[in-house]
Amino acid sequence: MINIGKYIEIAINWLTENFAGLFDVINNIVGGFIDGFQGILMWIPFYLMIAGIAALAWWKAGKGTAVLTLLGLLLIWGMGFWVQTMQTVALVLSSTIIALLFGVPLGIWTGRNDKAAKVIRPVLDLMQTMPAFVYLIPAVLFFGLGPVPGAFATVIFAMPPVVRLTDLGIRQVPDDIVEATRSFGATSGQLLFKVQLPLALPTIMAGVNQTIMMALSMVVIAAMISAGGLGEIVLKGITQMKIGLGFEGGIAVVILAIVLDRITQGFVRRK
Amino acid sequence: MTKIEIKNLSILFGPEKSKAKKMIKQGKSKQEILKETGCTVAVRNANLEIKEGEMFVIMGLSGSGKSTLVRCINRLNEPSMGEIWLSGRNITSLSDKELLQIRRKEMAMVFQHFGLLPHRTVLSNIAFGLELQGVSKEEREKKAHESIAIVGLKGYENQRVDELSGGMQQRVGLARALANNPEVLLMDEAFSALDPLIREQMQDELLDLQEKMKRTIVFITHDLDEAIKLGDRIAIMKDGEVVQVGTPEEILTDPANDYVTRFTESVDRGRVVTASSIMLSQPIVVRIRKDGPEAIIRKMRERHLYALPVIGTDDQFLGEIRLKDVLRLRKEGTRDIGSIVVKEVPSVLENTTVEDMLPLLPKVQQALPVVDENNRLKGVVSTSAIIIEMTGKDQKEIEEIIQNAIDL
Repeated sequence: MINIGKYIEIAINWLTENFAGLFDVINNIVGGFIDGFQGILMWIPFYLMIAGIAALAWWKAGKGTAVLTLLGLLLIWGMGFWVQTMQTVALVLSSTIIALLFGVPLGIWTGRNDKAAKVIRPVLDLMQTMPAFVYLIPAVLFFGLGPVPGAFATVIFAMPPVVRLTDLGIRQVPDDIVEATRSFGATSGQLLFKVQLPLALPTIMAGVNQTIMMALSMVVIAAMISAGGLGEIVLKGITQMKIGLGFEGGIAVVILAIVLDRITQGFVRRK
Repeated sequence: MTKIEIKNLSILFGPEKSKAKKMIKQGKSKQEILKETGCTVAVRNANLEIKEGEMFVIMGLSGSGKSTLVRCINRLNEPSMGEIWLSGRNITSLSDKELLQIRRKEMAMVFQHFGLLPHRTVLSNIAFGLELQGVSKEEREKKAHESIAIVGLKGYENQRVDELSGGMQQRVGLARALANNPEVLLMDEAFSALDPLIREQMQDELLDLQEKMKRTIVFITHDLDEAIKLGDRIAIMKDGEVVQVGTPEEILTDPANDYVTRFTESVDRGRVVTASSIMLSQPIVVRIRKDGPEAIIRKMRERHLYALPVIGTDDQFLGEIRLKDVLRLRKEGTRDIGSIVVKEVPSVLENTTVEDMLPLLPKVQQALPVVDENNRLKGVVSTSAIIIEMTGKDQKEIEEIIQNAIDL
């Protein structure tokens, strides 16, 4: 029998033992970030928050979405899930920010370098197709239980779309525009910041939207390692066979997903 | 003065370049090299000298290597073999930094599909080259406004480029290139994507501009009509090789091989071919105060001519003498031919085109005299030569046509 698992175990254990200090530091920084984010979201009164999000939806996605957002969020509040929803939003947005921090530069690199693309693409395939639960194991080993390992697993799971779409966006910039820019004596940096990124922006924003959606789905799963939030309600519904509660949690997740999707898509359509 | 010199330039694409280079030196064919090394020979042993201030057209069909070649001048493509010199500097051995400077200051390029930035306005597109150089916003917009005025885009400054028509977009492309004030303009099929009418208009405007600017322009096209209209000189490329270099007229009147000949067949020759290339340069003439009636009649009879040009001292063209007048003169027994010289005959200059000679035909007896600026006779153009140029038919065919007409 071929025992790949054993070697992965050895590798993960080695990482855990030798980089404990590093993981602690990450734990503190990311943990502080998520806590702070969550603190701000909780500090804002729910009615202001709902009004604010509805206004954003109106601005970016139109009247219909604004009404839907308003009713949906009020329903969540009415079901008594406001705190959990804010926890989930904090975790989703923190994970997304971290994923973008790594994903966009990675996508730029692969978009401009065929060799890098050849190496990175299979890794992205792996990251996307690996069952999401699997990431929870090393996450727990590195960071213990709580939101930080949840964010860790979420970042890995949600990063590929933004890398791929940044890559695609950069490659889709017409050759003649790149050539013209070079012919006028642009440096590589000028080409990137003045031409490639601005032209790739709509595609990159589509990637951001996809990353947010994937982060949301992963954050729910991450409830299994005590990441908290709406996932916890769904999990409780499953483990305690509370069908009603499980569906309530599920409905809250769907509402959140629709709101996040419509608003970020509004940013994609931006001219 | 030579501005750009291309020496033994070859450009290869593919895996085994070093082997392909050897095969080029051995003179192996394109097909052999492709078969053995998998390398495509895009350009092969090209040698060109482009003079300062001239509009040099490189003409060839797609795949002839013309666009690849012009991209070597600003090194968007790297030459595989050979050298390119610009104003006495070897471009091929420049460092990256020097190359950036050359691209920024000394040359600018105009592209077939414009290559404009769709997310920016006309003004900021035109100022883009200067922006890359780090010129301040105020300064670069001032210069951009100047070149907007040159290409006739006033009033469009704040429009987005993707809202403009093709012709207008290419004006932006041209203005962007001019804003950098480059010595060399590279124009790659710049007008090929435009509608025929707009294209003609842009060609005319470019010619007007060039009249004033006197830049060195390398213009790439697949259209021989365009090449002939624009080019001071034309290089014709086929399969990566330069087949012929010459003025439009040289190419039309003296094509280097069958390939060029086939191209030139469809060209409206009348607008290009001039008197100098179809004239008889040592015509039979009458010298006044030297030739008497007897001599003139003999000259005419020998060659079946019934009119001859008359010249005075220093080859000055005076007019022509017609056979019937000389015969009358002989009858009268007069020797002085001065009285029968017809002065009101049309004459043309050496650079007069066939097209411009056509309207004169009805007033011409047998041949149209060609003179220089000082009215010295340089030769004559026979009426049949003009007809041959205009119809593209040869002497025999024309004789047949005339015979048929008479038979009818």
